[in-house]
Amino acid sequence: MQLTLWTYEGPPHVGAMRIATAMRGVHYVLHAPQGDTYADLLFTMIERRDRRPPVTYTTFQARDLGSDTATLFKNAVREAYDRFKPEAMIVGASCTAELIQDDPGGLAEALGLPIPVIPLELPAYQRKENWGAAETLYRLVRAATLGAKPQRGAFSVNILGPTALGFRHRDDLAEISALIRALGITINAIAPWNARFADLQRLPAAHANIVLYPEIAGTAASYLARAFGQKTISTVPIGLNATRAFIAELTALAGVSQSDDIEADQRSSWYTRSVDSTYLTGKRAFIFGDASHAIAVARVAAEEMGFTVVGLGTYSREFGRELRDAAAQYGVTPLISDDYLEIEAAIAAAVPEIVLGTQMERHIAKRLGIPCAVISAPVHVQDFPARRAPVMGFEGSNVLFDTLTHPLMMGLEEHLIGMFREDFEFHADAAPSHLGGEVAVRPATTFSGWDQAAEAELKKIPFFVRGKARRNTETFAAEQGVSVITIETLYNAKAHFAR
Amino acid sequence: MDGCVAPIITAAPAIIRERGQREVFCGLTGIVWLHRRIQDAFFLVVGSRTCAHLIQSAAGVMIFAEPRFATAIIEERDLAGRADLDDELDRVVGQLLARRPDIKLLFLVGSCPSEVIKFDLSRAAARLDSRANGSVRILSYSGSGIETTFTEGEDACLTALVPSLAASDQAQLVVVGALADAVEDQFQRLFAEIGLDRVAFLPARRAGAMPQIGRGTKFILAQPFLAATARALEERGAARIDAPFPLGIEGTSLWFEAAASAFGIGPDVVAQAIAVPAKRGREAVAKVAAALVGKSVFFFPDSQLEIPLARFLARECGMRLTEVGTPFLHRDLMARELSLLPPATQLAEGQDVERQLDRCEAAKPDLVVCGLGLANPLEAMGIATKWSIELVFTPTQGFEQAADLANLFARPLGRRAMVKV
Repeated sequence: MQLTLWTYEGPPHVGAMRIATAMRGVHYVLHAPQGDTYADLLFTMIERRDRRPPVTYTTFQARDLGSDTATLFKNAVREAYDRFKPEAMIVGASCTAELIQDDPGGLAEALGLPIPVIPLELPAYQRKENWGAAETLYRLVRAATLGAKPQRGAFSVNILGPTALGFRHRDDLAEISALIRALGITINAIAPWNARFADLQRLPAAHANIVLYPEIAGTAASYLARAFGQKTISTVPIGLNATRAFIAELTALAGVSQSDDIEADQRSSWYTRSVDSTYLTGKRAFIFGDASHAIAVARVAAEEMGFTVVGLGTYSREFGRELRDAAAQYGVTPLISDDYLEIEAAIAAAVPEIVLGTQMERHIAKRLGIPCAVISAPVHVQDFPARRAPVMGFEGSNVLFDTLTHPLMMGLEEHLIGMFREDFEFHADAAPSHLGGEVAVRPATTFSGWDQAAEAELKKIPFFVRGKARRNTETFAAEQGVSVITIETLYNAKAHFAR
Repeated sequence: MDGCVAPIITAAPAIIRERGQREVFCGLTGIVWLHRRIQDAFFLVVGSRTCAHLIQSAAGVMIFAEPRFATAIIEERDLAGRADLDDELDRVVGQLLARRPDIKLLFLVGSCPSEVIKFDLSRAAARLDSRANGSVRILSYSGSGIETTFTEGEDACLTALVPSLAASDQAQLVVVGALADAVEDQFQRLFAEIGLDRVAFLPARRAGAMPQIGRGTKFILAQPFLAATARALEERGAARIDAPFPLGIEGTSLWFEAAASAFGIGPDVVAQAIAVPAKRGREAVAKVAAALVGKSVFFFPDSQLEIPLARFLARECGMRLTEVGTPFLHRDLMARELSLLPPATQLAEGQDVERQLDRCEAAKPDLVVCGLGLANPLEAMGIATKWSIELVFTPTQGFEQAADLANLFARPLGRRAMVKV
């Protein structure tokens, strides 16, 4: 047993959901108890998808345990087929169903549906979300391409890896697709993003596979390399130098030369050389995330920003070797752990000036009072932005420059504050001028018109609306000519402002 | 619109009973509000990574404020019998209590995996409890999806708490169900006005302050999902006071009347005590309800709060009820509520989510109350929604909160009218 307060990754069936949700015409029937539908809201709320994930849950309950659950599963598969008419189906068990040992694959096969039905074995007590996604993609690709005899024409590539609920996958894909097309190279197929089962069947026709996210597409790409002799491009194009290396690798393979204006919109190299960036030199950076993002961002931090990498880690145990190699380059101890308390301790010990991490590191950094930027999943809703925000390619390097510098004080600002450290307007307790001088001078609690009980009642109101409640009540009291605010006044004001 | 003058109707509502895919939370989710309620309690789920992931998804950012809940994740070696589950649990609990010495009450919370492998948590709790020697109370309950739906997790938790309550036959009123602190204090003050001084709340804010229970105890439910807790209290000799639930002005008034009447206090005394807040609340609700009158509402099942909420929306806000879904319908606890519903209201118990979505689409309601997994997809289809989980986390009971409650439903409609895109 492992005591866990926070988990970086969900269970493997959530990884399978990420593949199914990214694709079109694929339906997932998941043998799972009531309650596992919670995972739907990751897609509908965090990623803000406008339709339900294509997942049917069997929703078994205690009274179903016994032979009944197998029937329940078969009915669920049949009804899902009739209702959604998918082009292919994946079936599997969540952690609880794994324990009751129905055989989703066998049960589904017995139904004889006229579409491919792919069984998944996702060991929920050993593996996690990314592994589940990688395994699911591999199983789908394998089922789609088994025995294919590819006819290859002009040089083309597949792009593998972008999924639902992936950190910036939508915009990375747009950025890298545009880059590949600008190089005059044909894209054969993209998977799993928006792919149909038929698109997977076309995968062997390409000459090479671009693995954008090794955690997700690594297994499928090495299968395709084995089965069809396809090349794998595994340079992850995050950061300026990695993007250039990616282009060099791709153009060499394709036998094309790159056009001169490919970097026309790339600004990060000038920004980082401009004088205002001098203050970035040697800023101590602690980096943590999935292995690919952590390793790539460490390179950006060291080579392109001029930071000093003081910590590097990942929760992706499958990529421990890669992470250790990278950590050795920066002379730091690799941190491979999914225990956020351990990561918190490592951050506190490294005393960084900036933390580059996941949602959890954002909160750790907030608690420690250290600037922070998010560079990897898991992320919350704000990191599925409306605007275009890739981290890959040249626009990605622009985005990263902004992302990594904004939490830090800009050079001139830092200089001014240092220079006027003891100045009457810049001392440590001064309120920021944009808030107005009054904030620090007149703390809200000095208002004397509240009686004790009303003041106590006000404290029960959640802090984020308390200020408004106080203001409304005081306005109301002034209007009504009430001199001492009581609980009654508080609730009269609340009713008055109801709308 | 003035609910208190509406006639009481007794026509039996129509009911759809369904089984199929359920788009609901499991009882583990109750931890998210229960741990805020009992300030020195800790909730340790014994389950899988899925359980940990669920609570983290439901708790959102709350998880970072040194939360008083965690998951002991069962691993391969535990299942293969290579590790003794009891020893492992003892080790994890030891680790946890060493980290949080301020904890006075520890709940071991069962999950689907722990139930399916028949890991006896009640025995483990008893063993750890006797070993802790009074320094911390250790109890267990199941919040698994195979046994509990969403708010039933609170029911299971309070049920586990009941046998541990001290005995007393003193005459008293116990209000059962987790309420926001502000709501509890309002209720406490109104009970004092009515002349009821011995009023306790279950759960209390601290483990050491839980009410005593015995033959003199009369209890009233503040939440509709507490059937098992009610039975456990009755087994300890306490008597349940039948009442509608304190949502809206009408529900809250009837709830106070029922409590007072159980102690021989007449409705005139109650009417006088609640006159000011009831009038204030009624006027506030009326302002908000203007936006709701004549609009139709469809409830997907979620918390068992649906029937009282539908009653409030129909009688005090003038809404039309299309279908009112509930995960479970406890007939006797809900009898008073059902009698207040408009005649022939279409009820649905249980769920087959695909069929219910078909009915929802056909009904074309103005507002749908549903979970977060359905809300955005329905919005994308052009249907206004109110996500239901907020109804559990927001203070909604009592007179002062009635307008807030109405506003939770009015806001999505107001937004749709306001946003031009």
